Amino acid sequence: MATSVRAKRDDSPPPAAPPASPGSRRRRSSRGGLRSTLHRWDIKATPYVFIAPFFLTFAAFGLFPLIYTGWLSLNRVELGGDPTWKGLENYTDLATSEFFWNALLNTFTIGVISTVPQLLMALGLAHLLNYKLRGRGFFRVAILAPYATSIAAATLVFAQLFNTDYGMINGLLGWVGIDPVDWESSKWPAQIAISVIVTWRWTGYNALIYLAAMQAVPQDLYEAASLDGASRLRQFISVTVPSIRPTILFTIIVSTIGATQLFGEPMLYGGSVGISGGSGNQFQTLSLLMYEKGWVTGALGQASAIAWVMLLLLLLIGGVQALVSRRDRTKPRGSTS
Amino acid sequence: MTRTLDTTPVEAASPAPRRRFRPSAGRQHHAGPLTYVLLVVAAVVSLFPLYWNVVAASHTGERVVEAPAPLLPGRRLLDNLSFAWNQVDMGEALVNTTIVASLVALSTVLFSTLAGFAFARLPFRGRGMLLSLVVATMTIPPQLSVIPLYQIITDLGWFDQLQSVVLPSLVAAFGVFFMRQFLVEALPTELVEAARMDGAHSLRIIWHVVFPVARPAMAVLGMLVFVQAWNDFFWPFIALTPDGNPTLQVALAGLGAGNHTVDHAVVLTGALLSTVPLLLVFAFLGKHIVGGITAGAVKS
Repeated sequence: MATSVRAKRDDSPPPAAPPASPGSRRRRSSRGGLRSTLHRWDIKATPYVFIAPFFLTFAAFGLFPLIYTGWLSLNRVELGGDPTWKGLENYTDLATSEFFWNALLNTFTIGVISTVPQLLMALGLAHLLNYKLRGRGFFRVAILAPYATSIAAATLVFAQLFNTDYGMINGLLGWVGIDPVDWESSKWPAQIAISVIVTWRWTGYNALIYLAAMQAVPQDLYEAASLDGASRLRQFISVTVPSIRPTILFTIIVSTIGATQLFGEPMLYGGSVGISGGSGNQFQTLSLLMYEKGWVTGALGQASAIAWVMLLLLLLIGGVQALVSRRDRTKPRGSTS
Repeated sequence: MTRTLDTTPVEAASPAPRRRFRPSAGRQHHAGPLTYVLLVVAAVVSLFPLYWNVVAASHTGERVVEAPAPLLPGRRLLDNLSFAWNQVDMGEALVNTTIVASLVALSTVLFSTLAGFAFARLPFRGRGMLLSLVVATMTIPPQLSVIPLYQIITDLGWFDQLQSVVLPSLVAAFGVFFMRQFLVEALPTELVEAARMDGAHSLRIIWHVVFPVARPAMAVLGMLVFVQAWNDFFWPFIALTPDGNPTLQVALAGLGAGNHTVDHAVVLTGALLSTVPLLLVFAFLGKHIVGGITAGAVKS
């Protein structure tokens, strides 16, 4: 409403609408002099000056390298050498490489094992934190402490806890009568251990994001539900979860991106054989394979091709998620606020 | 659950006896004992690895690799600390990390506030499209840029130099978006316009209007970026070396790979050294960080 009033003042166009009347502003300046010319330039140029640092940084350290990586992926490049054209050969090589498919599959399985339980537990924790609680501040900071712990520190600690011979986790398992698990060289136990590290670091963070979204859910939705006799669990499933759907989607996207580029946890978990993802590549992810190709083998062209496969994967995932969220939005839904 | 059962006489007498008046039902429920039990479990699981890090860092390397694992602190913490500090040069890594994280946090906050203000309150052509572009860049993983960046820093002679990890992180899309979301809510358009009417130019507006309003969000963003830069791993691991000019994470990676010592107590002392400064920040400012994370996410 305020916009319509403001639109009549020429030298300050409405902030929410695009500058639709450049003509009227130009005419106006003639009455000013130097000061008003400066003022006009200030208004026109300042926004671009303010956003320039971001876009320049992105152009130099994001966009240009991204395109250049694409070009390198079509070449044979040794570390320190000149590129020679290879066309799509790096990609066809990947398609027939068992290491590539192994890494792709590992990235996917570790991604699923680390993201799905993580987000479900975060949802549950957020629900619990949403009650009226004693010590609310303590619980919130406590579950966020793992987020402050670095990948390296967390992984080094968990590598000890998961040690097959003396680790505390096998100790606990032995206590309840389960035989020691080989958390390092067996494929699934190793992938589960790595997923536990990821889950430990991120569950609290996601729980707090969900909690914030839950607190923004309008109270009358709960009142209406409880008038209808809905139980608390019922309210959680049919009021809370649908209402925070955009936030859930946001965390799924962020976690998926994180899972696609997983690097530090498997590398440090593997110790001296970390870059190959364990002695039998049992937890080598795409990122690790890319690093191995680029900096151990010295084949930067092949490493670039792996990087671009990751980008294409993310675009694919992004496309699917955009479709899902659009379908959600077109569905008639009373709870969207 | 017990609360839903008690009905006051007044309500019971009303024509619809099932109906209960419950103001603000969602949040005002008191937690039951089960909720506390589950939350205590979550807190223990979250904090135990950190506690055990302290325990392991205070024993000898032999004791750490003995079953059953130690549960109480030993007496070796100071010895391990001085060994890690002197032999493995965690001190230099600590200084490097502090420099990198501070520079990255300062510049990200400054540039993000300027860009966030422009996106929130200044009209310009292409604003909506450019903002979507900012958000879209968040999905590009660092893997897509490290190979050319590695070649560039090698050519410039910046390999193993701190500027090679600072420069690419001068400003982040997340920060721009974060400040934009905050300023859209917190900075009234009228305030900016009134300043313009008084003839203030944009720098004056930034200094006297935007910064004072944005200060709390700038502080939170600064802490979030500081934590992130402190813990950054992938690119520093490529651009720096554990034995040259490392950040803590790179030095830890060298320790973890057994470069200097296979003494696990010393390795875990290094891990502890890299975590303690951040945990101290959390202990003092945890509430604000919690608030910042939640504030940044609600609108996204």
